[in-house]
Amino acid sequence: MSKIRIATTSLAGCFGCHMSFLDMDERLVALLEHVEFNRSPLTDIKHCGPCDIGLIEGGVCNAENVHVLREFRDNCKILIAVGACAINGGVPAMRNHFSLRECLEEVYINGAGVENPQIPNDVELPLLLDKVHPIHEVVRVDYYLPGCPPSADAFLKILGDLLEGREPVLPHNLLHYD
Amino acid sequence: MSADTTQNPITQNTITIDGQEIPFVAGQTIMDAALAAGVYIPHLCHKPGLTPHGSCKLCVVDIASRSVSSHNSDRRVQAKFQVVADSRSVSACTMPAVAGQQISNNTPALNEVRKTITQMLFIEGNHICPSCEKCGDCTLQAMAYHLGMLDGHFPQFLQRRAVDASHPTVMLDRDRCILCELCVRASREVDGKNVFAIAGRGINAHLIVNSASGKLVDSDLETSDMAAHICPVGAILIKEHGYEVPIGRRTFDLHQVGEIGSEEIILTKVRHADE
Repeated sequence: MSKIRIATTSLAGCFGCHMSFLDMDERLVALLEHVEFNRSPLTDIKHCGPCDIGLIEGGVCNAENVHVLREFRDNCKILIAVGACAINGGVPAMRNHFSLRECLEEVYINGAGVENPQIPNDVELPLLLDKVHPIHEVVRVDYYLPGCPPSADAFLKILGDLLEGREPVLPHNLLHYD
Repeated sequence: MSADTTQNPITQNTITIDGQEIPFVAGQTIMDAALAAGVYIPHLCHKPGLTPHGSCKLCVVDIASRSVSSHNSDRRVQAKFQVVADSRSVSACTMPAVAGQQISNNTPALNEVRKTITQMLFIEGNHICPSCEKCGDCTLQAMAYHLGMLDGHFPQFLQRRAVDASHPTVMLDRDRCILCELCVRASREVDGKNVFAIAGRGINAHLIVNSASGKLVDSDLETSDMAAHICPVGAILIKEHGYEVPIGRRTFDLHQVGEIGSEEIILTKVRHADE
C-alpha cells in the first residue's frame, strides 16, 4: 500500500506546532510506516508536490505566506489549520490593533537601541500585509486542530483518524487554545 | 423575581428539563432549580447569591407553550432532544420556574446558538488565550471548550481598550471584559461598595471605575473584595499571583465547566450560513 503523503509549513508562526509534532517522539517511527513527508521544514523540500494532507501552522502576514498557502491548497487533498495562529491569527495578529506603519516605526525607528534607524525595504523581503489573517480567510480549510501548540497526542489523533478514513475528532481533554 | 402565587399549593412544584423532572420552590428561577438539581445550564454572567443579570444569554432555554406541553407526543419529542416547534426562548437565570414548564436545554440547536454567542464574545473583545494569565481558569474559554468551539468565525473587532494597572494589587485589562457585570454586582451587593459600572451603549459599552480619576488606585477596591476575584475571564486579575498554579494544572485543565460534555469534538471546519 502506498504511503499517505503529508506536507507541512509554518507561515506567520513560531514553529512551535512543528516542535510539538516532533514531541510524538518514538511514535513517529510507527507513523512513518504509513506516511511520508513531502514539502516540510522536516525534509527541506522547497515546493509542494501532490499530497494527501497539508498541515499549515501560522497565520498569513505577508505576500509569501499567501503564495505558499495557495501552493498547499492547490496540491493537498486535505488542508488542516494547525494551531492558534492558523485558526485565528494568534499572537502575530496582535499587531492588527495597530497600523502597519506604527508597528514598523516602533520596531525599526523608535525601538530601544536601534542604530541607523530605517524601515527595511530590500526587494527580497516579502511585502507585509496590512493585517494578519487566519488561513481560512485566504483558502478553503477542511479541518481545525486548535492549540498553542496542539499536543503531540492531538496530532496523532487527527492523523490517525484520517488514516483510518474517519472524520477526525478530539476528546474534550485534548481541546485547548493554549 | 416574585413568586408565582397563583399556583395550587397541593400540586407538586416541578419543572421538566430535557425530560427530567426537577423540583423547585416558589421564587426560584429555572437556573436556581437546575443548579439545585445538578442539571447544568451553560452560563457566564450568573452567580448564585447575586441578582440575576440575564446579559450573557448563554443560559437560553426553550419553554414549550402550554398547548404543546400537554400534548401526548411532547415527552417523546423532548427525549430526542429536538427543538419543540411551538416554544419560546428565555434566559433561565431570570425566568421564574412555574409548575409544569417543559424546558429544552441540552439540545444541538440551543448549543449551536450558544456556540455562536460565545464566538461573538471572543471576537468582540481581545481574547488571545496563549498570552492570557487566566488561561485554564477562564470560564469563557471553558465554555468554548464545552461547546466545541474551534474558531471565532466572525471577523475580529480589534478594539483598542484601556488597561488600568494603577492599583497596587489589582489589574484591570478591559481587552478581556465580557460585560457580565459580575464585578459590578459583587461590589454593590456583597462588598457594600460601588466600585464598578458599565458605561456607554452597544459597541461602546465598557467597564468604568467609580473614582474621581476613573483609576482603580483611587477607588476603595481591596484585594479581599469579592469583586476583585469574581471575574470569569482575565479582565480583573490579582497581581503577582497569576502563575502560582502552572498552565496545565488549572481548574479547566482538570475539569469541565459542565458535568456533561464528555462527547468528542468534531474537527471539521463547518460552513456557516453566511459563508
